[in-house]
Amino acid sequence: MAEHASTETLALRVQFDTEAQQRSASALGMWIFLITEIMFFGGMFAVYTVYRSWYPDVFAIASSSLNEIIGAVNTGVLLLSSFTMVMAVRAGQLGQRKAIVVFLILTLLFGGIFVGVKAYEWNQKFEEHHIPGQAAFHLDGVLPEDQGHAQLFFSIYFAMTGLHALHMVIGVVILLILIAQARQGRFSASYYTPVDMAGLYWHFVDIIWIFLFPLLYLIDRHLVK
Amino acid sequence: MSDPHENTHIDSVGTYVKILLALLVATAVTTAVARVDLGGFSVVVALGIASVKMVLVALFFMHIRYSPKLTRLVVLGGLLWLGILLLLTMTDFATRGILGVPGK
Repeated sequence: MAEHASTETLALRVQFDTEAQQRSASALGMWIFLITEIMFFGGMFAVYTVYRSWYPDVFAIASSSLNEIIGAVNTGVLLLSSFTMVMAVRAGQLGQRKAIVVFLILTLLFGGIFVGVKAYEWNQKFEEHHIPGQAAFHLDGVLPEDQGHAQLFFSIYFAMTGLHALHMVIGVVILLILIAQARQGRFSASYYTPVDMAGLYWHFVDIIWIFLFPLLYLIDRHLVK
Repeated sequence: MSDPHENTHIDSVGTYVKILLALLVATAVTTAVARVDLGGFSVVVALGIASVKMVLVALFFMHIRYSPKLTRLVVLGGLLWLGILLLLTMTDFATRGILGVPGK
């Protein structure tokens, strides 16, 4: 084992027997982190479930005030970014150093578009006076005594999409670091773990949005014309 | 040390393209079906489609299909705890009004 330590590499640290063992240990650790993230978002999904079950009609009207076409297209952009991310991981598996950089940059691009569109949508909400806590808050089609419940929907909307966007911004920072490392030729077929782990994180954030989109944008749209 | 691809399964580009197309179609379907009056089943259909998308992303993009059993167990355990969180919360909130007692 002594000679083992002297030949330590990124792909095989001294505490592991094989590269495959090191990779599966990294993936397991990342998944346990993602489970804590599931529970973190889970609390907000529980809040959403309780209030939607209490005020279904107001939530339907408030949900229909969001532009579902923009939401659907943005969902597509995010799915596209997940595709380019998994292609970056695949390039890592094959040791294609240039392809890793190209696909990471594409992922960064699509992720950036998603956050940009989200910022545009939030700005729309400010212009429409759909900001909870605003004195001028008013949602058409909702009774004056129910305006508070509409504010509740938008509180949940901003909290959940905001937390999701924060994760996107963190993902963008991670991508920037990975692109710099990949350009220096740090990754190879035997060591691409950071790309792999960032991929798991990116797809997790994608999955959160996969649920946020129908739950926030698509509540009983047929009720409101 | 000998084979860097040991225990690593590499999917073809075609597989990933098919999954991406399936995800995009599912997004279009869930957006379109939201305009149809399905009564109480609207939310069931919406969550059903979202769950299918989640499974596709997890199995293919997150490589759960080829993950060790321990990793799969951790993932299922996480979903189980999420289920407990949502289910037990709702057993409280959904049944509060059933008995006409103070402090409900």
